[in-house]
Amino acid sequence: MNPPIAYNGLELVYRRPVTLTDTPMHYCPGCSHGVVHKLLMEVIDEMGIQSETIGVAPVGCSVFAYNYMNIDMQEAAHGRASAVATGIKRMLPHRYVFSYQGDGDLAAIGTAETIHTVNRGENILIVFINNAIYGMTGGQMAPTTLPGMVTSTTPYGRDVATMGHPLKITELVARLPGAAFVTRQAVHTPTAVRKAKKAIRSAFEYQRSRLGTSFIEIVSNCPSGWKMTPLEGNEWMEKNMFPAYPLGDLKIPSATKPDAKVKEEV
Amino acid sequence: MIRGTIVVNETICKGCELCIQACPQESIGLSDQVNIIGYRYAILVQDNCTGCVNCALVCPEAAITVYRQSKQSIKQKSTAQV
Amino acid sequence: MNMQQSEQPRLMKGNEALAEAAIRAGLQGYFGYPITPQSEILEYLAAELPKRGGVVLQAESELAAINMIYGASGAGARVMTSSSSPGISLMQEGLSYMASAQLPCLVVNINRGGPGLGTIQPSQGDYFQATKGGGHGDYRLIVLAPASVQEMADLVFEGFRLAEKYRNPALILADGALGQMMEKVVLPPEGTLPMVDKPWATTGKPEWRERNIITSLFIQPEKMEEVNLQLQAKYQQLQKEVRHEAFEVEDADILVVAYGLTARIAQKAIELAREQGLKVGLLRPITLYPFPSDVIARYTRTATAVLVVELNSGQMVEDVRLAVNGRRPVHFKGRMGGVIITPEEILEELVSLAKEYRVAEEKLEV
Repeated sequence: MNPPIAYNGLELVYRRPVTLTDTPMHYCPGCSHGVVHKLLMEVIDEMGIQSETIGVAPVGCSVFAYNYMNIDMQEAAHGRASAVATGIKRMLPHRYVFSYQGDGDLAAIGTAETIHTVNRGENILIVFINNAIYGMTGGQMAPTTLPGMVTSTTPYGRDVATMGHPLKITELVARLPGAAFVTRQAVHTPTAVRKAKKAIRSAFEYQRSRLGTSFIEIVSNCPSGWKMTPLEGNEWMEKNMFPAYPLGDLKIPSATKPDAKVKEEV
Repeated sequence: MIRGTIVVNETICKGCELCIQACPQESIGLSDQVNIIGYRYAILVQDNCTGCVNCALVCPEAAITVYRQSKQSIKQKSTAQV
Repeated sequence: MNMQQSEQPRLMKGNEALAEAAIRAGLQGYFGYPITPQSEILEYLAAELPKRGGVVLQAESELAAINMIYGASGAGARVMTSSSSPGISLMQEGLSYMASAQLPCLVVNINRGGPGLGTIQPSQGDYFQATKGGGHGDYRLIVLAPASVQEMADLVFEGFRLAEKYRNPALILADGALGQMMEKVVLPPEGTLPMVDKPWATTGKPEWRERNIITSLFIQPEKMEEVNLQLQAKYQQLQKEVRHEAFEVEDADILVVAYGLTARIAQKAIELAREQGLKVGLLRPITLYPFPSDVIARYTRTATAVLVVELNSGQMVEDVRLAVNGRRPVHFKGRMGGVIITPEEILEELVSLAKEYRVAEEKLEV
């Protein structure tokens, strides 16, 4: 469905990406998934790589991501998306391959696969949607749930004494030599969206240059899980999620050398 | 001022209001009616849109198409005024 | 097996013959994990396959390995993995997903004693797991049971062929003894198993087709049932791929049914029994799924009794009983935990059965 290129004498400056299918997305109102799907497809459109990209969908709210992305895709078992992506990339090394995973998929059941995929420096992009909760299954605790946060399995708030601290998986993988590009972004404001898109674009270009694994965490909201409106969720996210999961690049590859520089704070 | 406008796909808008917050001109509001999926949807409530694209960037449904005065027509206008 | 074999016989270990055969069968990717008694497969391929154009990756676990296999198979490659019992248990999730998504691959189980961490000695305790699906849901694996190093090589070709023809995972159910023993083998030549067209694979969506989606998620029950009916129809088709070997069954009073290593031992026992005047024969299933039910039913018409011998507590015997359908008594003899039964033990059982059913014409030596 293509919008007209002119409207009331004004010219078209922004349209829904071509590679996003026309199927309305099923996510809750205000959910970050829709924005990230849109950005991924925009980058694929702009780079002209629809026929060269294969995505791997996780188990989680975005289990049906393949209904919205008009590219070849595989649905992985829970936690295994980066292993599936590894299998694809090893057999089709000249294709762009990305996995798209939530906090349970990537940092609970899939922790081993995540760490080892990055440790091997697989030339793929891992997109990590971190909203500190399990959305699809009804709002249970995630590895990244904040201390004191109420979820359906932490009705009295997450108690670090018995349930551990939030797992900072992004910091963990950034230390691995195989990680070329590790960054934390958000999509709650226009500025954040622009930065996130730049990061995604860079990641695809690093993949073309075979620099290793790109790992992009998107600190996201979950209005349904957090029991807030989208606007309230974004406010809560700025106040509580960003201090725990600070935005910015944790690791960027140097332009000339494949070895990446790790920032001091990691 | 640069003129712009947006076209919102009203049938897929879920009334999340992120575009309303993102708009620097306060041009967007929610409709009174609900759409086919039961949400009040985003509509232009003022005539001062500049086509800055902020709303479309944050929209999770990719429901917004943005139009803006072309650079050519701005130039023509300003040269005409001289 | 009608295959051009112009090679010289070589003395090879079962695991290595299997690995070499896989390369010759056109293996493109191997993703595995070490476990005794099959690590030689990974090691051999790690040394050889990259030299011959393929990809080898030692994964972080069998769980990761089978999911890499899923991805690679979904991308259209001819892939294989191997493990032994505890590792095969870890792969069950992936196999269920692959069966549902209709992806081909070859899995090799070098069965060891169990359950649990068990032992590294050979066993046939994984028969149920292999032939009844193994993971969750209504599916089957194509299961092939070699009984010699030659078959370790030959059945690799058959496994790939069947897996790709029926778009279903195939499993070679061998055991630690077959994996470790050294025997003469004439390896099948390269190039005899051409690559098949896979228009469903995720290779990157070109303009002229719709996107390919590899998934096992069919959230509407009507759609899930439709997929299940497709799978069941496939398994029906698969029944014509039954393979078996029969040894001296035409005049057999007692029919022995055994597969793999046990079949070789049973064959020796039968030779000894025949020397004593007992008319005994052996039916050796080569495909365990599809199971040679019709063949067993046919041969039991002329037999008096059936003896199933396995290195487990009695697993295949259930399928034999179903095939025999009450027509004849079915007995079982087995050893468990990695202990290998001897020809003498089987002979003893045959003699006792012969007595029980009074089929011996001459006086038997006790």
